[in-house]
Amino acid sequence: MTITSAGPTTPLVPAAPPAAPQEPADTVTFTIDGIETSVPQGTLVIRAAEELGIQIPRFCDHPLLAPAGACRQCLVEVWAPGRDGNPAKMPKPQASCTLEATPGMDVRTQHTSAEADKAQHGVMELLLINHPLDCPVCDKGGECPLQNQAMSNGRATSRFVDVKRTFPKPISISTQILLDRERCVLCQRCTRFSEEIAGDAFIDLQKRGAQQQIGTFDTQVLGYVGDAPVGESTEDVSGKPFASYFSGNTVQICPVGALTSAAYRFRSRPFDLVSTPGISEHDSNGSAIRVDHRRGVVLRRLAGDDPAVNREWISDKDRFAFTWQSAPDRLTTPLVRRPGADGSRGELEPASWVEALGAAAAGLRAAESVGVLAGGRLTLEDAYAYGKLARVALGTNDVDGRARPHSDEEEAFLAHHVAGRTLEVTFADLDRAPAVLLVGLEPEEEAGVLFLRLRAAALHHGTRVLSVAALATRGLTRLNGTLLAAAPGTEAEVLDGIVDGADDELGSAAEMLAADGAVVLVGERLAGVPGGFSAVLRLAARSGARLAWVPRRAGERGAVEAGLLPTLLPGGRPVADDAARAELAAAWRVDELPAVPGRSTSQIVAAARDGSLGALVVGGVDPADLPDPALARDALDRVGFLVSLEVRPSEVTERADVVLPVAPPVEKPGTFVTWEGRPRPFPQALVSHALPDHRVLDRLAAELGVDLGLATVNDVHAELDRVGGWSGARVAAPDVEAAEPPAVAPGTAVLATWHQLLDAGRLQQGEPHLAGTAKRPTARVSAATAAAAGVADGDLLAVSTDAGTVTIPVAVSDMPDHVVWLPTNAPGSAVRDTLHADSGTLVRIASAGTTSTITTLGEA
Amino acid sequence: MAEPRKKPAVAKAAPGKAAPGATAPGKGVAPRKPAGEVGAPADGYRSVVPPATGLRAAFAPVGGFGVTISNMFRGTVTEEYPSEKVPAKPRYHGRHQLNRYADGLEKCIGCELCAWACPADAIYVEGADNTPDDQHSPGERYGRVYQINYLRCIFCGLCIEACPTRALTMTNEYELAGPTRAGMIWEKQDLLAPLREGMLAAPHPMVEGTTDTEYYRGEVSGPTDAQRAWVREHRPDDPTLPEGAGVEAANVPGETAAEMARLVAGANKQGAR
Repeated sequence: MTITSAGPTTPLVPAAPPAAPQEPADTVTFTIDGIETSVPQGTLVIRAAEELGIQIPRFCDHPLLAPAGACRQCLVEVWAPGRDGNPAKMPKPQASCTLEATPGMDVRTQHTSAEADKAQHGVMELLLINHPLDCPVCDKGGECPLQNQAMSNGRATSRFVDVKRTFPKPISISTQILLDRERCVLCQRCTRFSEEIAGDAFIDLQKRGAQQQIGTFDTQVLGYVGDAPVGESTEDVSGKPFASYFSGNTVQICPVGALTSAAYRFRSRPFDLVSTPGISEHDSNGSAIRVDHRRGVVLRRLAGDDPAVNREWISDKDRFAFTWQSAPDRLTTPLVRRPGADGSRGELEPASWVEALGAAAAGLRAAESVGVLAGGRLTLEDAYAYGKLARVALGTNDVDGRARPHSDEEEAFLAHHVAGRTLEVTFADLDRAPAVLLVGLEPEEEAGVLFLRLRAAALHHGTRVLSVAALATRGLTRLNGTLLAAAPGTEAEVLDGIVDGADDELGSAAEMLAADGAVVLVGERLAGVPGGFSAVLRLAARSGARLAWVPRRAGERGAVEAGLLPTLLPGGRPVADDAARAELAAAWRVDELPAVPGRSTSQIVAAARDGSLGALVVGGVDPADLPDPALARDALDRVGFLVSLEVRPSEVTERADVVLPVAPPVEKPGTFVTWEGRPRPFPQALVSHALPDHRVLDRLAAELGVDLGLATVNDVHAELDRVGGWSGARVAAPDVEAAEPPAVAPGTAVLATWHQLLDAGRLQQGEPHLAGTAKRPTARVSAATAAAAGVADGDLLAVSTDAGTVTIPVAVSDMPDHVVWLPTNAPGSAVRDTLHADSGTLVRIASAGTTSTITTLGEA
Repeated sequence: MAEPRKKPAVAKAAPGKAAPGATAPGKGVAPRKPAGEVGAPADGYRSVVPPATGLRAAFAPVGGFGVTISNMFRGTVTEEYPSEKVPAKPRYHGRHQLNRYADGLEKCIGCELCAWACPADAIYVEGADNTPDDQHSPGERYGRVYQINYLRCIFCGLCIEACPTRALTMTNEYELAGPTRAGMIWEKQDLLAPLREGMLAAPHPMVEGTTDTEYYRGEVSGPTDAQRAWVREHRPDDPTLPEGAGVEAANVPGETAAEMARLVAGANKQGAR
């Protein structure tokens, strides 16, 4: 990766600079075990001891949770200067996890104080009294803080002879999370996590004394006689008032085996597992994860520790949705369609790589023009290879990585504001921001970890969250957010209304956004609103707020940086710019690059359908995600020649002429780029013969007579460094007029929709326990709209267009009238596939009876 | 390689420095030991056994034959294996066995402690959930996969000590040989102890009203009517039912065990007189 020649010296996606050292605060000097140490004021004794390498046993203490002092395991002997200035011993041992260091304090841990040691032994004995001897069957066995600390700080033998207190076990808190109350040491890490971090408390401490326990509010389970919870609760698929996207974190931080996950229950032991660091492939946050695998099978994923990105938390989708990578239907060999003797298209049959690549190259050569569609889940390396294949080997700019609703305005926005501008807004900036405006973005559903970071900023740093959306979700409520209500299609109008001096909420929003450090986060959904991105850019210019684009999928930002857009080359180089093309042609060692701007995804689909594109190369695209799935399927059926690169069989592979199997993220090294523009490289976890996309494309190009030079991930990285960023002129900012919102006739409503985190997505297949924790698919309308349609809360609502009808239960919510909200891709509510509609479309709504007729929703 | 090769240094004993009692100077003397090594004592070795005298000294050259000659009149100790098989000692570490409770449920809970204890990494276990429809052992967990690789096993018995339920014990069976690697990996079906008379083949529910604790304490003495009724409902043809064909029919050895038994029998036949 040495750069020897003159030219751009910054890599295409530069790594984040190391975190700046914290400004020195007031320090406190005191001693622990006779070692003098200076720590910032307010530091807890247990934390200062950690810094010195002194281990104090603990269960309830967690650096990211507020001190609780619940387990009492970290008792130490403390001497502090008294009124006379002489050190005086505190009468009882103190919990070091709640004790702040003070000047002159003398702390003696179990290493130097017999009293502290005895106190810790006593606490451990008490904790173990009712702890079952479950270790052989407990999932935590082998990595259990209780087990370890009972060995290091407990008695070797038990003095307890009576009968232990037992509970029926385990109880299912959700289909995924299981609670074994006898194992619980009441440290309250789980309840504190759900209150302080996720904000969706679902379990809490109940009862007193020996019967004290963690439990759900479910009266059936605990035999409770009393009131149901007052707080607002959402029913999940299992019908319980619980829907948390972050519950898996409680399993990971539980210091005993009280909380376990159904997915990992009894699957393995820690010593079986090989751990590889990884990056979650589910959203654009690039959460650090740990992939634990045994004999080539991934058994679980845990949150990694990355203070700059996800801290120690990940969403349940990141944690549990990994079985798709090893699904039994994985494509293992290339497939080639051999025409039947009767002239039919024939069936796909397994073929060798040589044959398949030869057939693919022959087909592509025969076609006069080829388009490339690549999905949003590709790594940076793979996205780069798709772009280079199109431009160098296929000689076209007809390449687009946006497998979702998109617009030319969005493309101009990405080229103008996003591409090549990495790490301008980061997670850390959210903590410092006085206000964050969300536009077309529902963080809890579309970027789980971003939601947690926003919530931490809102709670601890006073960040005000504003959201331009059709309704205030429970997620926005938990962010203490303010809704700037906008019916779908009117977002641009609302954004333009955020001006100083405007009355009510818009005026105060303008005031907040004018403050130094304010941030506007705009989601990919704004592409469906004509004039939306233009209005956002105007707002950012007007208020001085910084602007960042938060796509939903992991590969979207990397695709923008890699130039997977019809008018954009890698590093933000505009296709229309001769100098940019010349610079890239020199870096790619080709004479020239195609100068004609390419077609977007929709145009490629249309061109393939009408025959003006003779062949398509499609990778990682599900037609159901495209703006018009029926049109896309028709185009895939009609196109002359179709090459598909896929991990598993899909609607594309079944229509393809050549199918080339590629590796899922766990079987290849690569890099995801977060919405901040932070590169998140990850290593290969499993030994595999599957090839990454860039390797397959490199070989395909070789068959076409072109050397892409992208055979290995190192080759790609070297080339990314060589290509570097673009310092020339950017694409001009888009300036699109907002469209006039459609007139709403009686019986119709404007559709608002976004994806839920857990839905019918392809990457969540094969994990029924996770699917059970999804929110129950529900339509939302305002009270007036519901009354007009003749439905009551809980009734079935039929939402229909000319293409089809979605019938799901309705919840009456506080939202604008004449708007109906649907989950985009929930089981039973495939908005694009069934309705061929999206946000802003007019749909018909009507009552469809009561919910009693609904059967339980199975796995999607 | 610039340095010229030196001739091996042969230490010459300086006559003046020769220790008293050392071998005659001029003959080869051992090279000097590098520092730290123990050399011969300066005064040479001396036997602590008193030298033989008289008649004993006279017969000394042929004294060693006494051992040989005296053995000519003793009985033979040759083990006539495999014609005659001498039973191993009761605590001999032989092939493993996965035991059952009196009602036929497996004792193994799939905890993997045996695999953890194994110094040779010979054991592989995967646990799984017991469900009401598929209860193999008392409690929540059972061993779904259990493999012992007898090419790796050193028969140290640490696995037996680690087992929390005494599911794993060792038999006195020592005839473990085979021509293939795969044939030396015993699966759970090969290792499971045969059902004894009165046992009911798993899976079936636990004895009603008991927990795993009662099983550990040995309070379960045999299958109950409810368990038999459950098996009758789910596997009417089960041979271990009272009306079934009997445990003999149920105790079908595993594939690997059967193949090894066949091979060993063949080898025994060949080796027998």
